[in-house]
Amino acid sequence: MSGHGSSGVGPTGPFPAGGDGRDGGPINWPTDMSDAPTPYPAAPYPAAPDRTTPDTRTPGPPRSPRAWRADVPVVAAVALGGALGASARYAAVLRWPAAADAFPWAVFWVNVTGCAVIGAFTVLVTEGTRAPHPLLRPFFGTGVLGGFTTFSAYALDVRRLHEAGEPLLALLHLAGTLTAAMAAVLLGSAAARRGLRARRRR
Amino acid sequence: MNWLLVIAGALVGAPLRHLTDRAVQLRLGPDAVLPWGTFTVNAAGSLALGLLTGAAAAGAAGERLELLLGTGLCGALTTYSTFSWETLRLAEDGSPLLAACNVLGSLAAGLGAMYAGVALGGALWG
Repeated sequence: MSGHGSSGVGPTGPFPAGGDGRDGGPINWPTDMSDAPTPYPAAPYPAAPDRTTPDTRTPGPPRSPRAWRADVPVVAAVALGGALGASARYAAVLRWPAAADAFPWAVFWVNVTGCAVIGAFTVLVTEGTRAPHPLLRPFFGTGVLGGFTTFSAYALDVRRLHEAGEPLLALLHLAGTLTAAMAAVLLGSAAARRGLRARRRR
Repeated sequence: MNWLLVIAGALVGAPLRHLTDRAVQLRLGPDAVLPWGTFTVNAAGSLALGLLTGAAAAGAAGERLELLLGTGLCGALTTYSTFSWETLRLAEDGSPLLAACNVLGSLAAGLGAMYAGVALGGALWG
């Protein structure tokens, strides 16, 4: 009973395919996939209601304490991916250090590229026709990309610029990262959907 | 050594984010309107990094602790990619208002936690 809600209709709220945090346990991902051989019919890409379909592949949170034990490989994959992602972010910050009153380009680009990649990646694994390995999304989506991108350093840099007497730069960092990140995740997912459509047509 | 500190912090931070997200979803059930799990880790991680920064400014935390807990743990605990993805989902699923709420709420909570954390860290360890 670690799957989706009891009814098949809109089971997990308004973001069915979920953030990568809701990836799931290895338990019923593969089986659910076999129930849905072609989750999406031919183009054009379906509108919002149809997006509830991939939800069947995203198991909800475990319902019993025992389910946490089955979660061990997932947690390990997240930890390993997170270490890789955080190391890559640290490398970027070392490579492009920012002065106290300068725009933090490293963290900016880390977050923007991470958002572009998660948009493309999540569309590919949730809307593609083939079932991905059940640990792929925990490892890469939740782990690598989650560990690579950061909200805390973003908030810290906004405050740092503000305190350094650069309120405009602080505001630019605040709004600029948000705008660029949203554009990146949108473009990433749109590109992946276009790629999937093109492949299906062939 | 610095790399090991960052890696050690991330080895804890990333699974902590995953488990927190799971726990929050388990508690709120499937009908929660906003992605509260990501909201929680981003606010908590910003508060923790604020506390650390306040402590470091007061001379109570060194560079190594900042790498372990700041760059590693808080960096991996918080996420921008999941935040942007979930916001996009809200907008695409026909709830632009909820998407806006998620953005404004996350920014307000994260920044508020950061400023409060630095002040509190300075007061506690200063």
